[in-house]
Amino acid sequence: MKLPEKQITIISGHYGTGKTEFAVNLAFAMARDGRKTALADLDIVNPYFRSYERTRELEREGIAVFVTSNFGKADIPALPPDIMSIFVNRQQQSIIDLGGDPVGARVLGYYQPQLDRVDFDFWFVINQKRVENRTIEGVVRYLRLTEAASKQRITGIVNNTHLGDETTAEVILRGDEFAGKVAEVINLPIICTVGEHRFEEKLKGRLNGSFFAIDRYMTKPWELSDHEGGQFAWQQET
Amino acid sequence: MAKELWKGNEAIAEAAIRAGCRCYFGYPITPQSEIPEYMSLHMPKVGGVFLQSESEIAAINMVYGASGAGARVMTSSSSPGVSLKQEGISYMCGAELPGVIVNVMRGGPGLGTIQPAQGDYFQATRGGGNGDYRLIVFAPANIQEVVDLMQEAFELADQYRMPVMMLLDGMIGQMMEPIEWKKPPVSPDDLPEKPWATTGTKEGRAPNIINSLFIDPEACNVHNKRLEEKYRRVIESEQRYETNDTDGAEVIFVAYGTPARLARAAAGLLEKEGIKAGVFRPVTVWPYPYEALHEVSLQDSVKAIVTVEMSTGQMVDDVRIGVNGVKPVSFIGQAGGVIPTPREVANAALKALGR
Repeated sequence: MKLPEKQITIISGHYGTGKTEFAVNLAFAMARDGRKTALADLDIVNPYFRSYERTRELEREGIAVFVTSNFGKADIPALPPDIMSIFVNRQQQSIIDLGGDPVGARVLGYYQPQLDRVDFDFWFVINQKRVENRTIEGVVRYLRLTEAASKQRITGIVNNTHLGDETTAEVILRGDEFAGKVAEVINLPIICTVGEHRFEEKLKGRLNGSFFAIDRYMTKPWELSDHEGGQFAWQQET
Repeated sequence: MAKELWKGNEAIAEAAIRAGCRCYFGYPITPQSEIPEYMSLHMPKVGGVFLQSESEIAAINMVYGASGAGARVMTSSSSPGVSLKQEGISYMCGAELPGVIVNVMRGGPGLGTIQPAQGDYFQATRGGGNGDYRLIVFAPANIQEVVDLMQEAFELADQYRMPVMMLLDGMIGQMMEPIEWKKPPVSPDDLPEKPWATTGTKEGRAPNIINSLFIDPEACNVHNKRLEEKYRRVIESEQRYETNDTDGAEVIFVAYGTPARLARAAAGLLEKEGIKAGVFRPVTVWPYPYEALHEVSLQDSVKAIVTVEMSTGQMVDDVRIGVNGVKPVSFIGQAGGVIPTPREVANAALKALGR
């Protein structure tokens, strides 16, 4: 997958599509490519499984993390002023992890004056194994609602079709086909198809989108993380 | 049917609709707001009623009314909101009305935090409302179990004419897991008749009365004894639990919901250290599977029982009743939205074993 070229990449998608997992992995990929990277968690919808929960790992690799007020833990989130720096700092590329539905996308309306002055992409993550993404009509409906709420046009589709632990290469492949049809209907490019590293060999040369191999960071409290040396990543070990 | 990825809260709402529930009354609160959100989108599609009430108290009383009229009905909330519903729950028990109440627990007391917790165990199993009453309380630990139990919750509520509570911690409500819809959807038209409901006499029968007022103490006593008899039948027939690797275990974790998943992970850590650990998981926390817990505790191999909770220790009282002194019972927990780590849980077992 070709990494983003623009100053800002906005990532949206219904909750459960895996947009946060994608956003976190994208930030790591950009930082490891030697770029100055920031991640802004502007999710005002989901209380748990937020990208800010990986702040420790992100900051360790030099990624700046911005988050809604009260460290993301309030259910009436406010947007702290330091987030404005991502629109101003042209030496840095930033990812905005947007809330998991059209309501969450409304946050972007607030930043419209800033977005008018910067180059940005707006990617929409889909997972065919999610109820709201089951049909092409369903995806298009959510995509249009997200555009209407955010007052911005979506510029690309990310296929992250998965079933958690029960994901297979076949599930990803079917999702990629589905994303191809969605992309055709709405005339947008497929940015990539997302999957864990273990699927890379099997999917080679069979996808509509280029493959973006990810590690899983958004683990549950009882799941072992590969990145913490086999520790549990939900909270810092005490 | 192929598997799909569902968020716990959405899955509860869809499972309720599939169970023939056509009335939802509720008020939003984190971390369960996806339930009313999903209901608002999908209930109208099946000709059902979604109503965002002015408060949690209003919602539970709407449940009382709809249930009295014979509807399959539910409400949902999170800890502080469920506290507000307690009076209505007590009234439903007094009037013997079925209904399903979902509590997706957050940290407390008071407003607490929006992060997951299990501090409402006493409220759910001992009763937060007044009077001698009980609720059947299901405590699922994965999303498949959530959807499977949801249908059963409605069935048991109707069968025994009493409210059933689904007791989840916020993690179960918020997380995603692959599930499949095993049972075909139930049509409200196919549900058994409710001859006691206030459906209108059409001048063909004596009026049915839905009421929890028994002003004559003798009559109130008879009513209470009848409820007691009903609860006894529930205790006899409806205890559910699951065991994992408890046969020949040296230490047994007892946990429900998210801590049961943590306990399984902790057992995995202990296995690597050469210690055989098992997990006893009550699926109903009322009626509590005391005898089954007692039986696994009696094994010669078992040296310690460790209760794991996302509270400062509530279910541990039931564990002590079940174990009844045959083995030492200890406790590990965190409260207020902090989740114990599997390492902490494993260390608690090591401590209990004196290592």
